[in-house]
Amino acid sequence: MTTKTPEQINEDLLRPLEGTSPRYLAALTFFVLVVLAGAAAFLHQVYAGLGVTGLNRPVFWGFYITDFVFWIGLSHAGTLISAILRLSNATWRRPVTRCAEVITVFALSIGAMFPVVHLGRPWLAFWLFPYPSERGIWPNIRSPLLWDFFAINTYLLGSVTFLVLPILPDMALVRDRTTGWKKKLYHVLSLGWTGTPRQWSRLEMAMRIMAVAVIPVAVSVHSIVSWDFAMAPVPGWHSTIFAPYFVCGAIFSGIAALIIAMALLRKFLHLEDYLLRIHFENLGKLLLVMSLLWFYFVFAERLTTWYGNGSSEMAVFWPTQSGSYAPLFWAMVVCNFVIPFPILAIKKLRTIAGTVVASIGVVIGMWLERFLIIVPSLSHKYLPYSYGSYRPSFTEIIITVATFAGLAMLYMLFSKIIPIISVWELKAGEVTETATAPALARPEQVRAD
Amino acid sequence: MASVNSIYGLFADPDAADRGVNALRHAGVAQDQIVVMSSEPHEGHAFSLLDHKTIMPWLAALGGVVGGACGFLLARYTQVAYPEPLITGGMPLVAPFPSAIVTYELTMMGAVITTVVTLLITARLLKWKQPLYDSEISYGKILVGVLGPSGAARTDLENRLRSAGAEKIKTTGQL
Repeated sequence: MTTKTPEQINEDLLRPLEGTSPRYLAALTFFVLVVLAGAAAFLHQVYAGLGVTGLNRPVFWGFYITDFVFWIGLSHAGTLISAILRLSNATWRRPVTRCAEVITVFALSIGAMFPVVHLGRPWLAFWLFPYPSERGIWPNIRSPLLWDFFAINTYLLGSVTFLVLPILPDMALVRDRTTGWKKKLYHVLSLGWTGTPRQWSRLEMAMRIMAVAVIPVAVSVHSIVSWDFAMAPVPGWHSTIFAPYFVCGAIFSGIAALIIAMALLRKFLHLEDYLLRIHFENLGKLLLVMSLLWFYFVFAERLTTWYGNGSSEMAVFWPTQSGSYAPLFWAMVVCNFVIPFPILAIKKLRTIAGTVVASIGVVIGMWLERFLIIVPSLSHKYLPYSYGSYRPSFTEIIITVATFAGLAMLYMLFSKIIPIISVWELKAGEVTETATAPALARPEQVRAD
Repeated sequence: MASVNSIYGLFADPDAADRGVNALRHAGVAQDQIVVMSSEPHEGHAFSLLDHKTIMPWLAALGGVVGGACGFLLARYTQVAYPEPLITGGMPLVAPFPSAIVTYELTMMGAVITTVVTLLITARLLKWKQPLYDSEISYGKILVGVLGPSGAARTDLENRLRSAGAEKIKTTGQL
């Protein structure tokens, strides 16, 4: 990294907060319009009922649950990766962590929205909450769907906290550099941060505790999401491998999303001096490991099913290998393994552009994977007379597309309000690296020794 | 912002700030009167170790225990609170695995909430009116000062801070 003075770091990282370019406004307007289209589609669904979707017997979980699993998985980009890098004291993490943590909070919020979108009567969503009910209708604590409620809320709380706490010193920084209503806003947002040793040491300790706490929570969240499926005796779902398989897939898609987000931030916010090739290369290596691990899980799961040769399992297996779902299945394999593996394994190809191409493939592939887990199993349950199919409606497609636009919109707004790279952590990193790096002896000194 | 009597120096580097803190100590200033503020943690410097001790991890663990207990009681109560006796076919009414999952999640939630509350209280956050602050801290300066010094000590403290390397000396209130 090029050594920058603290003042240069301040200027570079606070620049995106200062003004908005026409290009930014145009992109934001586009995403807002797509989100509004999604909101309109949802309102139409609320008014007309779930009949406007493609959901019908026997496939009652379609795009919405696919989106739910996908977004919850994508949320593993941030907090989990950030917590691991913090605990392992990886110094290269500093420009990356906040970009990642923001994805977690927004992706998790979008994911948590989908069970409500999926409800026929969303205004009764509170029936899912475990609270003393005067109606005598009690939520079933044995249902994995209720476990989701606890797991997602705990993870959301942990992730928001993990994101917000290290933002406080940066809020104080912005507070001191702004005037008028902005100063008042950042004055409130900084929660009275002044930077005393007491505040710094408490913040460091809180972040350490949060990092320790949030890793098992992140693992539990996607395990529980997998149990939404694995607890049901449905062919293709009832598998002990599902929890680690889902966690692996979640981290896989999370890293891919992070790489794409970082590349976009680097380009549009001109952060070339901070988000360096080394960051993409290191994350690319992680993505390569996850790609191999994902392939191993898929192979193990498919092999066990094929070897078992149970009739109900094979009724799901063959349509995905050579039947109507085969194009999607093989597209998934291409996106998640065939494309990323060579790009990420060959050092020359593991460039910024290369990792981004691989990541785009992975995000598409992981969405397909979620779809292929859900729909083929539901459309081929035990009794052949109940076999069916599923075709998403326009409403579902619009809402799905709107969530991607929603993430982009939220990310853009966030990067205009809060520095997307942690300024104080970066400066502290620069100081630490300068202070701890041993001075290299000159060649003539070595020869003299 | 500042309304109390204070005198402080602004230092450009953490080594000089360390010297400033030592100079104040040698002048007989009580520890709780010395104020240090910076825009970075400056780990490894003596002043960063002021007010270092905390029982936050223990409180987080305690919060986890309380959260877990609440989680188990909620899960248990939800399962036994049906108005009619449930027919469970011989299975335990309070299912162990689901209860464990809810207990686990609320344990972690308890730890997280306790950590945040402890941070807010012990770091003295949510106090928007600070007795002493200087926005030059955000430009990389380190503030080392004294809260409530006597008027007679002003010149001595000023000299000590300046000789320690303070770039600017400022006072607030009626010194």
